[in-house]
Amino acid sequence: MSATLYERIGGEPAVDAAVNIFYRKVLNDHRINRFFDNTDMDKQLAKQKAFFTMAFGGPNNYTGQDMRNAHANLVKTGLNEDHFNAVMEHLGATLTELNVPGDLIAEAAAIAESTRNDVLGK
Amino acid sequence: MYTLTIDQNTYICKSDETVLDALLRENINLSFACKKGTCHSCMVRSANVRPPKAAQSGLKNTQIKQNYFLACQCYPEQDMHLKLPDQSEFYRMGRVITNKLLNRNTILLVVAFEDAFEFNAGQFVNLQRSDGLTRSYSTANIPEQSNTLEFHIRRLPGGVFSSWLHDEVNMGDSIAVSEARGHCFYIPERHEQGILLVGTGTGLAPLAGILTDALANGHTGPIHLFHGSRELEDLYRIDEMRQLAEQHQNFHYTPCLSGSHIPEGFAAGRVNEIALSGIPDLKGWRVFLCGHPDMVNQMKKQAFLKGAAIADIYADAFLISTH
Repeated sequence: MSATLYERIGGEPAVDAAVNIFYRKVLNDHRINRFFDNTDMDKQLAKQKAFFTMAFGGPNNYTGQDMRNAHANLVKTGLNEDHFNAVMEHLGATLTELNVPGDLIAEAAAIAESTRNDVLGK
Repeated sequence: MYTLTIDQNTYICKSDETVLDALLRENINLSFACKKGTCHSCMVRSANVRPPKAAQSGLKNTQIKQNYFLACQCYPEQDMHLKLPDQSEFYRMGRVITNKLLNRNTILLVVAFEDAFEFNAGQFVNLQRSDGLTRSYSTANIPEQSNTLEFHIRRLPGGVFSSWLHDEVNMGDSIAVSEARGHCFYIPERHEQGILLVGTGTGLAPLAGILTDALANGHTGPIHLFHGSRELEDLYRIDEMRQLAEQHQNFHYTPCLSGSHIPEGFAAGRVNEIALSGIPDLKGWRVFLCGHPDMVNQMKKQAFLKGAAIADIYADAFLISTH
C-alpha cells in the first residue's frame, strides 16, 4: 500500500508548520480575517489544525453535514465564493512556502475544493 | 494487558485498546471528540509513569513535562495511574508566614508547608477558605528548600476572597492549597532563545517566578519584562526589577503606565503596544502573557503575527469573580 498524502506531506509536524504560516496569512488578509478573528485564538487554531489534517487527507471525522453546520453562521454573515477562493489561495501559498511538491499541493487543494459547496451551504 | 488506576478503582486496558476506548467501555465519563489526536479533548495526566511518546505528539512542552497525554492515542506500555481533568482536587494545609502590602491594593502572601511543595514557577494553585470558597492564584516564587509559595493578591472591588485575604488572614493562620496547575512556566531548554514577558497588575506574579527560574537556570538569551498598569501606585517591585536588570546583562525591564501622569523612567502607553514596538521581530521567541484577559488575548494574536510560533506562546488570563 502506498503512503497516504498525509504521510507523504509529513504528518502532524507538517500540519503544525502549515497552521503557523496559514493563520498568519489569513489574519493579515482584510478580505477574510473577520471570519477568523475569534477572541479565543486557541479554539481557532484547533480548527485550522483540523482543516489542514483534512486537506492532507489525514485522519478526520468530518462529514459534509458537519461542514455545513460549522459554517452556517458564517454564511449568514456573508461568507461567499470570493472568501472561499481567498482561503484556497492561502492554502496553496502556505504549502509552496513549505516546499511541498506541486503534485501534492494539487492533491491537497482538490480535497479542500471538494468541501466548497458544503462550506458555502449550497 | 495493563491496568489503569483512577482514584481507588482499577480497570483493564486490553492489548489492542487505547486508554480512551478502555475507559469508555468501562463507562467512565471522559470527554472526547475526534479520536485521532487532533482535538485534544481527551487529554488526561499520568500520575506515576511517563506516557508512551506517541500519546504526547502535538502537546505543548510544558504539558509533556507534566505527563499529560491523549487518551485516544495511548496504548499503555505498563500499568498507569490516571488523573482525569475533572477529578476532585487534593488540598494541603499551609501556614501563612507573611501578609504585607506591596502597593496600595496588593499584598504579598507567603504560605509555608512542612515539606516540599511540588510546582513549576508560574503555575497557579487554588486557595480555599474553610467554608469552601475557592479562588485561583498564580505562584510568584521558584521551588526551593524553604517549602513556601508566594502570591501577589490584589484587592478587587467587591471581591469576597481577596478582601478576606487582605483583611482577615493573619500570620500563623492555616489555609488549604491545591496542587499546582497550568502550562505557563519556564522549561530549561534553548537557553539562547529570546523571552518576552508581558503582564498587567498582579500578572507580574507568575512572570516574576518565570523570570527568576530562567535566570537561575542560566538562560543566556535576551529576557524582556514589560509590566503595566494605569497608575504608578498600582505597579510594584519596581526597584527590585531595576536592580535585577543591573545585575543581569541579558535582562531588560520596562515599567509601563497607561494613565496621564508618567514620571521619568516609565514608558507611556499600553503595555502590549510598548512591548511590540520595542521588539522588531518575535520569530523564535518564547512569549509569556499574564493579566487582564483583553490584553492577554490581544497580545497572543499580536505576538503570533509578529512571528512567535503558536507552541511558544504561553498565557494565563485572569478570571475575575467577585461572588
